[in-house]
Amino acid sequence: MIAARLQQEPFDAAAEQAALTSGRTDLGAAVAFTGLVRADDGLVALTLEHYPAMTLAQLQAIAANAATRWPDTIGTIIHRHGRLLPGDAIVLVTTASPHRAHAFAAASFLMDWLKTKAPFWKREEWADGTTRWVDAKGSDDNAAERWLAKSPSTPP
Amino acid sequence: MTTLLYFAWVREMIGKDSETLALPAEAATVAALLDWLATRSPGHAAALADRSRIRVAVDQQFASAETPLTAPREIAIFPPVTGG
Repeated sequence: MIAARLQQEPFDAAAEQAALTSGRTDLGAAVAFTGLVRADDGLVALTLEHYPAMTLAQLQAIAANAATRWPDTIGTIIHRHGRLLPGDAIVLVTTASPHRAHAFAAASFLMDWLKTKAPFWKREEWADGTTRWVDAKGSDDNAAERWLAKSPSTPP
Repeated sequence: MTTLLYFAWVREMIGKDSETLALPAEAATVAALLDWLATRSPGHAAALADRSRIRVAVDQQFASAETPLTAPREIAIFPPVTGG
């Protein structure tokens, strides 16, 4: 089971990982990835707009896809929206599995697909008040597509 | 009637976040819908000018230019996503 949540509030990555693995003695590996707002070139804020009616369902669909690929892997996705400041956490992906390769691969897959298949848009805000919508990167598409060519449980 | 939703710079260029319209028969696919929408105002035309930068979801499922439209309730139009 990989759970997905959408929220404006901050999250506690350590508490989420502890909750994920609590009570389990069969897990040999836990991976946590946190995406942060980077203050490139004097950026003062990053606002994440999203498609409320679709976003959570899409996060859950991505989670379900990962659970099919790595059935022994559990996890939690938390994606924030709204206005965030440099250093703030945007997204958490935490996974756990009996096997390290599965925990790493599932976390990597989840991030690649969140980048390209979840309906969020980032708007950068600068000190002089100007704003700019972030352009999608071709490298993110390539990262997401590499999973389509692999058999489900093969790590990259 | 179909509710059209706009996000990110598509929303800003069109100047509204949604509108409810009766789609004409000619809007039989996503591509045809975008062609028709682009005629509605200069803002629509500007937002939809470069189709390589436009993505569409029909009833909350990602769609392609060829996706047929059969009485959709909700169509969202937006730039390529940039979450994560």
